Amino acid sequence: MQGLENIWWVPILPLIGAVMNGLLGYRMGKGWTTFWALGTTGLSFLIALAAFINLLGMQPGARIFEKVLFVWIQAGSFTAEAGIQIDPLSGVFMLIVTGVGFLIHVYSVGYMGHEDGYPRFFCYLNLFMFSMLLLVLGNNFLLMFIGWEGVGLCSYLLIGYYYQKDSAADAGKKAFVMNRIGDFGFLLAIMWIFWVIGSIDYTTVFAAAPHHEGLLRVTKYGPMVVTCITLLLFLGATGKSAQIPLYTWLPDAMEGPTPVSALIHAATMVTAGVYMVARCNVLFNMAPTTMIVVAAVGAVTAIFAATMGLYQNDIKRVLAYSTVSQLGYMFLACGVGAYVAAVFHVMTHAFFKACLFLGSGSVIHGMSGEQDMRQMGGLAKKMPYTHMTFFISTLAIAGIPIFAGFFSKDEILLSAYMGHTPGHIFFWILATIAAFVTAFYMFRLYYMTFSGQLRAQDHHVRDHVHESPFVMTVPLMILAFLATVGGFLGLPSALAPHVLADFLAPVLNPAAAGGHGAAAEGHHLSWQMEAGFMAFSVAVAALGIFTARYFYEVRPEAAEDLAKKEGPIHTVYVTIQNKYYVDEIYDFIFTNPIVAFSRRALWKFFDVKIVDGTVNGVADFIMDLGGLIRGTQTGLVRNYATVMALGCLILVWAWIKLW
Amino acid sequence: MIMMNNYLLLSAALFVIGAVGVLIRRNLIVVMMCIELMLNAANLNFITFANYHHKMSGHVFVFMVIAVAAAEAAVGLAVALALFRNRETVDVDEVDSMKG
Repeated sequence: MQGLENIWWVPILPLIGAVMNGLLGYRMGKGWTTFWALGTTGLSFLIALAAFINLLGMQPGARIFEKVLFVWIQAGSFTAEAGIQIDPLSGVFMLIVTGVGFLIHVYSVGYMGHEDGYPRFFCYLNLFMFSMLLLVLGNNFLLMFIGWEGVGLCSYLLIGYYYQKDSAADAGKKAFVMNRIGDFGFLLAIMWIFWVIGSIDYTTVFAAAPHHEGLLRVTKYGPMVVTCITLLLFLGATGKSAQIPLYTWLPDAMEGPTPVSALIHAATMVTAGVYMVARCNVLFNMAPTTMIVVAAVGAVTAIFAATMGLYQNDIKRVLAYSTVSQLGYMFLACGVGAYVAAVFHVMTHAFFKACLFLGSGSVIHGMSGEQDMRQMGGLAKKMPYTHMTFFISTLAIAGIPIFAGFFSKDEILLSAYMGHTPGHIFFWILATIAAFVTAFYMFRLYYMTFSGQLRAQDHHVRDHVHESPFVMTVPLMILAFLATVGGFLGLPSALAPHVLADFLAPVLNPAAAGGHGAAAEGHHLSWQMEAGFMAFSVAVAALGIFTARYFYEVRPEAAEDLAKKEGPIHTVYVTIQNKYYVDEIYDFIFTNPIVAFSRRALWKFFDVKIVDGTVNGVADFIMDLGGLIRGTQTGLVRNYATVMALGCLILVWAWIKLW
Repeated sequence: MIMMNNYLLLSAALFVIGAVGVLIRRNLIVVMMCIELMLNAANLNFITFANYHHKMSGHVFVFMVIAVAAAEAAVGLAVALALFRNRETVDVDEVDSMKG
């Protein structure tokens, strides 16, 4: 297809922007920096859109296009190509990345306008776009891994953007190290896949996998090999997508600039894990044990992170925990086999969470950098556009009908309820409670920020509160619009055909390709039952909203009273406020022993005694040896002459004697 | 006819006087003079053997040695002069700054 031949420009264009801004950014001035950053990503989005439309024009079963650019590595039987593959799954992700990415670029022009490192910021941001697009568009596991590492690097660089701040630099390091733990699992899985199947190409691997003897060899514990591979893959996903046990880096990642939080830590990078699991759905479907693990981790993360978001006072941290929680929903969907619902939620989440983050950035901008919600309040009148878009996105995430989040979350809950994975009812209960908590903490955030009276005491801040410029509010409006209508792509099957499910079916549900996607996922529900489900979801969300309204709008003092009262509630409150002491536990179990071991054994003993000891010992030995013979060098010419004369005499004597 | 032995004995005596002078004298000028003595002892030796063997190569060596001795004297005196200007001494025992 004509439009698809040029698809490789989609990742390359942001790379060009990154190179231009990286090399020449500080010389060519701000206007040109903006031009290269926005021009390349904008063009990339247009090409992606054209390619996507082309893809829609093809036959549903034939919607796959692969273009090998060059053979990258060839060693023995191992071949890795640098190739681009576009199919419905990567197409959807490509559009999310380029579309939301472009909007966030536009927003950043306003948000980062006063910063010194303007070209540096856009260089990293474009490099991130390149890596992320490589991740979703690559046609083999190795390219995905390169993109995977690339986005990790950019995440590190952008979290530590304010590198003069210790906390930002530390958060960057934490994110990088946590991600590395997951990455090693991913890398092992790739090697194992090559070991067993002999290829790392998606097409080859997924075609061979269902009938492969090596993968399917059944032991007492089920198909062992494929289970291990998928568990390792999932370990990679928990690192990148901030799931238990590797989630702790994401809340700290909020040290980065807000557009970064929106792009990397909400809309795109953290969903890479979901993309990977959905991409490998063939393998995951073969390993029931892994599916239980995925669903359990997802459901537990969803509720765990949601409760941690309850008592955070930093506006961005609430959103960070919310992201972790929403990602948990996506993995729950994957775990019960509802990959379509997972991808659907990735999409709607990208819209409303990017909007929420950018909205919070707009609030922080207006509050002169203040992030503490206890200082905010009453911003609805002062920042009308931010308020409206934020409100829409809050409704979307809370799960109120017609907004996007409702449809995707409802589909996940329904899939969990209807799923075949053992324990799915338990996961459904957890996810439903999490939905209530989500509605509660999001509206807590909303009320604390936008209603009531402004609580900041500093009159500089008070007088300075203002609405952000249009370059920031327009992306907000577009995202809010998408967060409103995005859900109509996946209407419940009772109302209309599930457009997204049908589109994604060839990749995510090959058996049902061409058929009705939603039906193929096992949604054989009567419309009454589905309507009942929806009503129940709405009721849960509404309950959460009204609880939040009671505590933070009607009687703000009630929440404080409840928290102060001694007893079990107080204990729970303190535990949650300290984020279940997970960071402390990790410090105790992993960090402190490693630090102690490094300090005592590696530094004080091995480095000082053995490494330094060897080096200094050799030097000391040579010096002592020199000390022994340095006395002969007197500096007196006559001594040298005497020795020389004696030497000559000895030589002559020896010559005569031995002749 | 003076015997060849006599020339060689004179040459050896001159060389030993020069060598001992180099080793025991402290004045740099005297040391250099002693070196000249040693060189000329060697020259006498060359000439003696050249005469004995009726060959010209010994003479050629002597010219070579005279030329080198002249150059050495020029450099050596320049060093002595520079030393005296800096240290106000030509005593070789006082010049030991290259001591290890």
